[in-house]
Amino acid sequence: MIPETKLQVSPSPHIKDRVSVRRIMFTVVLALMPATLCGIYLFGLHALFVIVVSVSSAVVSEFLGYRVMGKKFTMDGSAVITGLLLALCLPPSVPLWIPAVGSSFAILVGKCAFGGLGQNIFNPALVGRAFLSLSWPALMTTWVSPFEGVSTATPLGTWKTGGGYASYSDLFLGRVAGCIGETSALAILIGGLLLIALKYIDWKTPVSYIGTVGLLMFLLGQDPLFHILAGGLFLGAFFMATDYVTTPLTGKGRVIFGFGAGLLVVVIRMYGGMPEGVTYSILIMNAFTPLIDRYTKPRVYGTVRKRWWERKK
Amino acid sequence: MSGFKGGVHPKIQKLTGYKKTEVLPLPPRVVIPLRQHLGAPCDPLVEKGAQVKTGQKIGDSTAPVSAPVHASISGTVVELSPKRLPTGEKVLSVIIDSDGKDEWIKMPALDPEKSSREELLQRVREAGIVGMGGAGFPTHIKLNPPKKVDTLLINGVECEPYITADHRLMLEEGEKVVEGAKIMAKILGVERILIAIEDNKPDAIEHMQKLSEGVGRVVKLKTKYPQGDERHLLKAVLGREVPAGGLPFDVGAVVQNVGTAKAVYDAVKLGIPLVERIVTVTGEVAEPKNLRVRVGTPFTYLLQQCGGTVGKVRKVVAGGPMMGFAVHEDVPVIKTTGCVLVMGEVKEEEEGPCIRCGRCIEACPMSLMPTHLVKLVRAKDFEACLQYNLLSCDECGCCAYVCPSKIPIVHVIREGKKGVRRLRK
Ligand code: SF4
Ligand code: SF4
Repeated sequence: MIPETKLQVSPSPHIKDRVSVRRIMFTVVLALMPATLCGIYLFGLHALFVIVVSVSSAVVSEFLGYRVMGKKFTMDGSAVITGLLLALCLPPSVPLWIPAVGSSFAILVGKCAFGGLGQNIFNPALVGRAFLSLSWPALMTTWVSPFEGVSTATPLGTWKTGGGYASYSDLFLGRVAGCIGETSALAILIGGLLLIALKYIDWKTPVSYIGTVGLLMFLLGQDPLFHILAGGLFLGAFFMATDYVTTPLTGKGRVIFGFGAGLLVVVIRMYGGMPEGVTYSILIMNAFTPLIDRYTKPRVYGTVRKRWWERKK
Repeated sequence: MSGFKGGVHPKIQKLTGYKKTEVLPLPPRVVIPLRQHLGAPCDPLVEKGAQVKTGQKIGDSTAPVSAPVHASISGTVVELSPKRLPTGEKVLSVIIDSDGKDEWIKMPALDPEKSSREELLQRVREAGIVGMGGAGFPTHIKLNPPKKVDTLLINGVECEPYITADHRLMLEEGEKVVEGAKIMAKILGVERILIAIEDNKPDAIEHMQKLSEGVGRVVKLKTKYPQGDERHLLKAVLGREVPAGGLPFDVGAVVQNVGTAKAVYDAVKLGIPLVERIVTVTGEVAEPKNLRVRVGTPFTYLLQQCGGTVGKVRKVVAGGPMMGFAVHEDVPVIKTTGCVLVMGEVKEEEEGPCIRCGRCIEACPMSLMPTHLVKLVRAKDFEACLQYNLLSCDECGCCAYVCPSKIPIVHVIREGKKGVRRLRK
């Protein structure tokens, strides 16, 4: 019975968990759907076009980029996420070449240039967004009101110039000006909680990130709830600060990452020239990820923890 | 209970948990490797053509770490030649053709109450008993630790999916397990006997609780792989952590598998050496079974008795799916073989890039960073491998099990261990 058949000899373990990269990635895409649909509902058909252009140029760019690198392209869903996330953090009124350029930059420079999936240091979608903001600042800060499409300021913009606050319910539901997918905290929360429930993302990151912003704003005499709900904090905290590739590997590291990003958001909003800060807070913390990983090695079973100053490397 | 960190929950596939152990008919031929344990191989004590009886010692060694082997059927020695073990190594083996009579030679029974510690220890050695949970360390050495211990922990956890050999043993011969544990406790000079069982075997828990009254205590554990590993079991039951590079006696405990306890009972009370064990035959076979099998019985014979394999067979695994060895030819059951698992068409997924999801780190019960280890081994940076505690890896496979990129982490780590050893030489 045994000798006749060609048996496969492969190393243990002989069973694997069903979860795959593709499954994780497409679940994240699914989790972004409430925010996506909400954005289209609020800002109209143009928002849908922005999303479509962004996602398709991301996928095409990755295909071409991998071609040039001589790597095999697989439709693992990671490019879809990048394209979608970038679209969700663009103003709804941008011309359609903006998502095309942004997505290509995000994938080619933010990801392929580093060696492809798993190798990049910075969140590609945010790299794309930062590039667009620096290159076309005017287009990237032109906001429209939901439903009517009339030019207006975002709640954070109004706050920065000393205007009045938007109501909590408008902020929570997303009935304010802002990027396509970031205005509705509720929609983002639905997707985020799904990912947390599936254990695809670690709850510690959004909790420490959002918690830090709320706490520090409170200590600084600001309205913490307003700062939590306004702007792109929720989208950043649930979907960008939790990106596997560019954030720390361990729970402890993720808490530190969230705290650092939260601190940076507060510093930028309070003392910088910009009303926002989420993009840069995450990009800056991305740069610290290798360092955080190094100092948050778990204590190996059967060994005594060494303090960081006792370690050689 | 404190539990232990990490671990995974593979789907429980105990197809045979409710099936009474059947005695496998004697095979026409057995292949008995002269090394079935961790330690030195034995020298043969018989020559080609010799007549042997069941229970007769056919191999022994003067090396300090070794355990003798015995004929498991009566008959004629027809060959002495190297044969492959389920683990893949080739070891000099004694091949015996059965005379169908199964005539026994037994050692005189001992009264554990009256015998001295040394006598009992000697008996355990003479019976060729090794740890039956997997690694197969000679039991007489484990029962003679260089330090004082306070606890004997009987391991009835059996955390690998599919395997039910220990489960059935506890249900069917629990008395012998308890008696064996008492003998081992006497040898060790310990008062405290704990029997650890996972909560997916409530019947065994209840049964062993009754049997062990006044002798020891049953500790119920939450089901999680790899809880059956000594180190994790000690952490879960006693909250003690074996220091890296150390052994359980360093934290005052000795862990013995339930099968080993039963073998000790047989050796002392009945004078029977270790020549048989329970093997779960499962997976893609017509009828999965628990079988009482003589050591040296070829896997093929076991499979025949289970109605043969069904469908397309891709892998035959000696042991459980998490840590077992894939075999590519017919090999014999040895003292540490608890399971023969037949696997059908398996989708072998291609390895992808590490996406740094951290799942492997979360799953690693040793708290290592498997993703880093893979990168460091592949970069051949063995110094850094040591800094990242490569040698602490017990190859449990949790990391590779959870990796969404299907990176063969354990395989790479094994390669890394070889590299590190070369570096040290
Ligand atoms: S095989 Fe090694 S690295 Fe992987 S989980 Fe087990 S102990 Fe950790
Ligand atoms: S589980 Fe696999 S993909 Fe995830 S961090 Fe570990 S090695 Fe990388």
